[in-house]
Amino acid sequence: MQRYSGFGLLKHSLTHHENWQRVWRNPTPKKEYDVIIIGGGGHGLATAYYLAKEHGITNVAVIEKGYLGGGNTARNTTIVRSNYLWDESAHLYEHAMKLWEGLSQDLNYNVMFSQRGVLNLGHTLQDMRDIQRRVSANRLNGIDGEVLDPQQIKEIVPHMDCSDNTRYPIMGASWQPRGGVARHDAVAWGFARGADAYGVDMLQETEVVDLVIEDGAIVGVKTNKYGVIKAGRVGSVVAGNSGVIAKMAGFDLPIESHPLQAMVSEPIKPILDTVVMSNHVHGYVSQSDKGDLVIGAGIDGWNGYGQRGSFPTIEHTMQAIVELFPIFSRVRLNRQWGGIVDTCPDACPIISKTPVENLFFNCGWGTGGFKATPGSGHVFAASLATGEMHPMAKPFSMFRFHDGALIDEHGAAGVAH
Amino acid sequence: MFYIYCPHCGEHREEEEFHAKGQAHIVRPIDPAACDDKAWGEYLFFRKNPRGLHHELWIHAAGCRKFFNMTRDTVTYEIKEIYKIGEQPSVVAGNKLAGNK
Ligand SMILES: Cc1cc2nc3c(=O)[nH]c(=O)nc-3n(C[C@H](O)[C@H](O)[C@H](O)COP(=O)(O)OP(=O)(O)OC[C@H]3O[C@@H](n4cnc5c(N)ncnc54)[C@H](O)[C@@H]3O)c2cc1C
Ligand SMILES: [Zn+2]
Repeated sequence: MQRYSGFGLLKHSLTHHENWQRVWRNPTPKKEYDVIIIGGGGHGLATAYYLAKEHGITNVAVIEKGYLGGGNTARNTTIVRSNYLWDESAHLYEHAMKLWEGLSQDLNYNVMFSQRGVLNLGHTLQDMRDIQRRVSANRLNGIDGEVLDPQQIKEIVPHMDCSDNTRYPIMGASWQPRGGVARHDAVAWGFARGADAYGVDMLQETEVVDLVIEDGAIVGVKTNKYGVIKAGRVGSVVAGNSGVIAKMAGFDLPIESHPLQAMVSEPIKPILDTVVMSNHVHGYVSQSDKGDLVIGAGIDGWNGYGQRGSFPTIEHTMQAIVELFPIFSRVRLNRQWGGIVDTCPDACPIISKTPVENLFFNCGWGTGGFKATPGSGHVFAASLATGEMHPMAKPFSMFRFHDGALIDEHGAAGVAH
Repeated sequence: MFYIYCPHCGEHREEEEFHAKGQAHIVRPIDPAACDDKAWGEYLFFRKNPRGLHHELWIHAAGCRKFFNMTRDTVTYEIKEIYKIGEQPSVVAGNKLAGNK
């Protein structure tokens, strides 16, 4: 792998940047792999990277039906935080946060992780009680957090309407200074490049159309392009399409696929240098380095695989943003899009063994899995390498919906993203 | 954006007046206490999530506030039919991936 550096940039400028090495190979697949990952989103690619780096398992393929990162990974609004309520989820997301903090160096790829802080606003007494409880829980878990009053919020975000003259006045907020944003597609590309350097094969534009299961154990996958490819273990990391793969394996998941929309405005001068989220009026916003306001909110309530949603959802989101920031009311929207999110009844992921031996699932991240990308890949890789679930992944078994050990993160962690 | 026919009001209205309420035709266990953990968990949490035809429950929340059923394609988003509670769908999936278990 050609390492990136300031010196390299200078050197390549002499040849008009025409001689950069390709970021990853475009290989012809082998007949058999130790591990096949279905789904080339951030989580699948991170899994492949850590399998190679931490466990020395390099005979690995990532099979992606479209292009790398083209699913939710490059469609999300890139908010990263770890201030979850319950121990199980707080540990998992904080594990990811620690990896984020060294990720650009580790990958030798600038993922533009910017710890600009995340505010979760409270607009009711109950919001404030929940915020206080969550921040206390976070601190007990060693996660940074503070409860702020409207005056302190105003100092951080001077343009936000923190007055009493709104429909739902801001009563306070939780503040996680280590939270922030990262560049989503760089995360996918960085992990892909890192995995490729260890010899992992990235098979793009290749769809898994069936699973090959013998005597209750998976032995390979059937693809639309290369027929059957054999595998010792298979990890399915396909987000909104997880139900489709589960159906191939003959079991059901407690997951429903919904459209989740996001939008960006025209680029404007720097005006917002943090992330603002509100569960109650339901919207969140940050500003990208290009200057666009990056805006999102909730899912469309009906099931959908179409990567697009309905207009009323956009309208509600904009109402919330303009209520918080009257100054944004004349800014025009530039683009709007949707992803397919895999929502779980307890708003927590599934990282789990399945009824089929050697088939593992990592899904159910729903509206909020981008922040977990490195942590999710890290614990899933350990599970695929050893065949036993990593201790941090164990509570997220798919069988919790039968034994009742749910991890209820609904609303408790601010907006669901 | 859906333009939805409410079978109770007898009119088409915009999506905003309605709420999707998830999978239709979920049968409550006749004797809940007799369910084992698996059956009870499945009743509570496991829903059909087809890529294709889906039979779902909707409510005309900002209208007559009554429930009704809809068959809809979850990929094209096309509404195939609207039918009342207690009725059965006439448009049903034929192939494996389209959803009937
Ligand atoms: C609009 C929006 C905003 C969001 N905002 C945030 C946020 O601010 N913060 C946050 O933390 N999270 C956010 N999320 C959630 C986050 O994007 C996801 O949880 C996360 O990116 C999931 O990553 P993944 O790798 O599991 O899935 P994906 O990136 O969706 O990757 C799955 C891949 O599997 C492929 N695939 C599917 N079926 C097959 C098949 N049969 N064969 C081969 N390949 C297949 C798909 O093409 C896809 O590329 C948001 C999501 C959306 C849609
Ligand atoms: Zn009606």
